[in-house]
Amino acid sequence: MKTTYMNPYLAGFLLGLTLLATIVITGRGLGASGAIKSAVVATVNTIAPSHAHESTFYSENLKSLHDNPLKAWLVFEVLGVIIGGFLSGVVSDRLNFVTEHGPRITNTMRLGLALIGGLLFGMGSQFARGCTSGAALSGMAVLSTGGIITMMAIFGTGYAVAYFFRKLWI
Amino acid sequence: MFPLVPNLISDELNLIVALVIGIAFGFILEQAGFSSSRKLAGVFYGYDFTVLRVFFTAGVTAMSGVIILGYLGWLDIDFVYINPTFLQAAILGGVIMGFGFIIGGYCPGTSIAGMAIGKIDAMFFVGGGLIGVFAYAELYPWFEGITNASALGNIRIFNSIGISQGLFALIMIAVAVGAFIMTTMIEKKVDPNGPAKSFNQLHHRIAGISILVLGIVLVFLPDYKERLLSEVSDVDYIKANPVKEMTVDELAFRIIDKDPRLTIIDVRTSEEFSRMLLPGSINIETKQIFQKEFSEILGQRHKKKVFVANDEIEARKAALIAHRLGYENITVLCGDITNFVNTVIYLKPETEKQICKYQVMFIGTAPQNLKRVDARQAKDTERFRSKASITLTTMIKEAKDSAVKPTKLVKKVAGGC
Repeated sequence: MKTTYMNPYLAGFLLGLTLLATIVITGRGLGASGAIKSAVVATVNTIAPSHAHESTFYSENLKSLHDNPLKAWLVFEVLGVIIGGFLSGVVSDRLNFVTEHGPRITNTMRLGLALIGGLLFGMGSQFARGCTSGAALSGMAVLSTGGIITMMAIFGTGYAVAYFFRKLWI
Repeated sequence: MFPLVPNLISDELNLIVALVIGIAFGFILEQAGFSSSRKLAGVFYGYDFTVLRVFFTAGVTAMSGVIILGYLGWLDIDFVYINPTFLQAAILGGVIMGFGFIIGGYCPGTSIAGMAIGKIDAMFFVGGGLIGVFAYAELYPWFEGITNASALGNIRIFNSIGISQGLFALIMIAVAVGAFIMTTMIEKKVDPNGPAKSFNQLHHRIAGISILVLGIVLVFLPDYKERLLSEVSDVDYIKANPVKEMTVDELAFRIIDKDPRLTIIDVRTSEEFSRMLLPGSINIETKQIFQKEFSEILGQRHKKKVFVANDEIEARKAALIAHRLGYENITVLCGDITNFVNTVIYLKPETEKQICKYQVMFIGTAPQNLKRVDARQAKDTERFRSKASITLTTMIKEAKDSAVKPTKLVKKVAGGC
């Protein structure tokens, strides 16, 4: 398994060009958590349609996604991310079922923490209307005030509490 | 002019575009090492600042591109999705995600890239994300208030802090370059034997300096619209670019005649417009002339577009912008709207103002149709005006009563994460 990664500045430049192309072609930025939202809305709408139509959250989202939450831009983009990530894994020989964790925690603990972290990210992204990609990165590209505030809040909080969670990583 | 969506790319094609962009996004994320949670978390502990480097470089690249394309007039920022700002929610969400990042080691985009190459922790993170959104959705009645509090609209950071876009970009670039240098030093300290590089080589310095030069250049690249607005605000420019004029009498006649080949573009504010409007006129404020929603109205070549304002120079500015944007058959009303009303409705004697003062001032001659040849024509004009006065008074009143507030429907692209 290779561990050499692309030069970060080159990767950043290419990522920036991808984001710029996205803005120029589609008028919107990149995203990720929006696809997760679509998946949730679609699932709830399939399993409990009456509940979905009674709830403000689901009905608003269903409306903005034209009652077809899976036929959304971000869903297709995220499908692309899976394909692109997989291709990169093939090219760089990094395909492997593994769990990465810090030296002081167990595999099971790491999986539990990943679940909790994901849960927090899922909730947080709904408040902030976007995650690191949609709010922070895309927000920075178009200099959105809200996006940049969210970016500072994410990384600021990360640094502020990093000390208390150091055993998870180092 | 970009973006291509929503006008040039259909919804279906846009989904294919999404897939292709996603592939590039995922490939780069994985190549950068963002599929590894330990690498991502390194940014908070000083052993690996890849996240910061990739993130800042990408942000600066895209931001610079947006500014440069905006300057060239290729990208219309009004059609680009600017994440709306909801102050409390932006901070609260960011703080929650900050905890999520340090506990989970991923963010949504990177976890999907990690999942793609088989990282089991990434799969759990994505699962957690699904549960998190579900929990939020179920508890939405509780969260709705704070989520939607302090809606500040699609505001942009440089306006919020009151500096120019370019200057903010320069600051951002300077911060990024500074962060690159500092974090490299930190990495070396944390792990002297690690793969951390230093910036001693010549090409590193050249790169750093070039990026800063780019930042300085950005300061001098205003948005195309701002540039055009400031250009047409220059009296010398207005002087050098005369626009065709229409006299108050001609306008009055055409209004009464309900001339189908005339469009009156009123560039006053919507409040002023709703207080008094000329029959059949359309309210497009000067800065709105750029908007695509009005391109259909302004683009009708067979119709004469006459610009009216509170001030003839404002009308000329608007007319020149329309001209620069390629619209044809552009005319301005001689004098301003108050003069029109005074002359044609209140039958006050003509003031010097309405005889196209800029034409007189700059070119030195009054327009042909204003030169009275004899007393009979003056008499005719007077007779016309006294009739017109009655008709127009009723028409203006009717226009005001039936005025439908123009719905500012900008077809915007949907966005959001």
